[in-house]
Amino acid sequence: MLISPTSWTLTPEDEKALRRGMERLLRESSAHCALLVDRAGQLLAQAGERPAFDATTFATLTAADFSANDQLARLLGETDFTSLCHQGERGSMLVADVARRAILVVLFDSRTTLGLVRLRLRPTVEELARIVDAMASRDAQAGAQRAILAGADDEIDRLFQ
Amino acid sequence: MSMINYASREINCKLVYYGPGLGGKTTNLEHVYKKVSPSTRGKLISLATETERTLFFDFLPVDLGTIRGFKTRFHLYTVPGQVYYNASRKLILKGVDGVVFVADSQIDRMEANQESMQNLYDNMAEYGYDLTKMPFVIQYNKRDLPTAAPINELQAALNPGWEVTQAEKQRLSPDPYHAGEYLTSQIGSGEWIERATHFEAVAVTGEGVFDTLKAISKLVLKTLS
Repeated sequence: MLISPTSWTLTPEDEKALRRGMERLLRESSAHCALLVDRAGQLLAQAGERPAFDATTFATLTAADFSANDQLARLLGETDFTSLCHQGERGSMLVADVARRAILVVLFDSRTTLGLVRLRLRPTVEELARIVDAMASRDAQAGAQRAILAGADDEIDRLFQ
Repeated sequence: MSMINYASREINCKLVYYGPGLGGKTTNLEHVYKKVSPSTRGKLISLATETERTLFFDFLPVDLGTIRGFKTRFHLYTVPGQVYYNASRKLILKGVDGVVFVADSQIDRMEANQESMQNLYDNMAEYGYDLTKMPFVIQYNKRDLPTAAPINELQAALNPGWEVTQAEKQRLSPDPYHAGEYLTSQIGSGEWIERATHFEAVAVTGEGVFDTLKAISKLVLKTLS
């Protein structure tokens, strides 16, 4: 049987716990939107104002950007860059690593400062890292995600007829 | 990395189109983008040079339907084919669920195809992924060109098969896409080998593009069944 080399699951409880942590960060930092993206570019959770852009595309580009910067860090002799900041005239974004499994993106504008967002970011990253690590070890133990379509072979075949 | 999102009832999977430069990887995605209803696909993003050569990747998200109440969302990526962009290529393979190797059928591109295939195996191995155990299909593109090599030559060079050592897998397994052919078979020396499924294509006209996409998507979903 073929296997997928890596996979993980996100339950409604995981999503709620992640969102709660991100919402607290937004309240404390006055940033307006936060997105959590896995390292392969999939959007896991979002909090705050609904972004006007396509979140799927944004997640993909964020993951690629962060991965490219990871490699740049290694070329410079660093193990990684734990956070990156892109500053614009009206809006800015701060991107941080979460347990080497995900990336937290925080969008903010002139209602706050980079310093405040960065200050509030650290405890949030630690909290999210605990949740994400727990998700990964649960999936590694259970292998439950493999069976989600068990017995659905006919349905899969029909989908592609 | 397939991600099963019980909160939004979605299964997200990552497919990567790999292969030598100018082989037609981006053209595959462009055709899918053109033909799929805008309601079931997102934007086609291309990080390309000013001469439209892929610099980092192309990306297209597509919904392929619903199974067991879960929407199946496939994220299609291409990699830059040119040899010197290996760092970018490797990054895109992270978390991949299925690979399509787009080979250029032209005889004078045989060496480039082989180099790229070797590079794919090497990059996958660096992540600890085993291409022989995961969804993988080969597309022989540009079949319309007079300079295209015969399929059996391409198969011998790029898809010779890997040895099957597990006794329970040593049995004839028919190729669902080519009548009378087998994906797992015994060769003259008595050794059992397995090959990847292959498709012929002319990506510029769309021929074979959806057959390839359907086959790889199906293989990926079956890893969850």
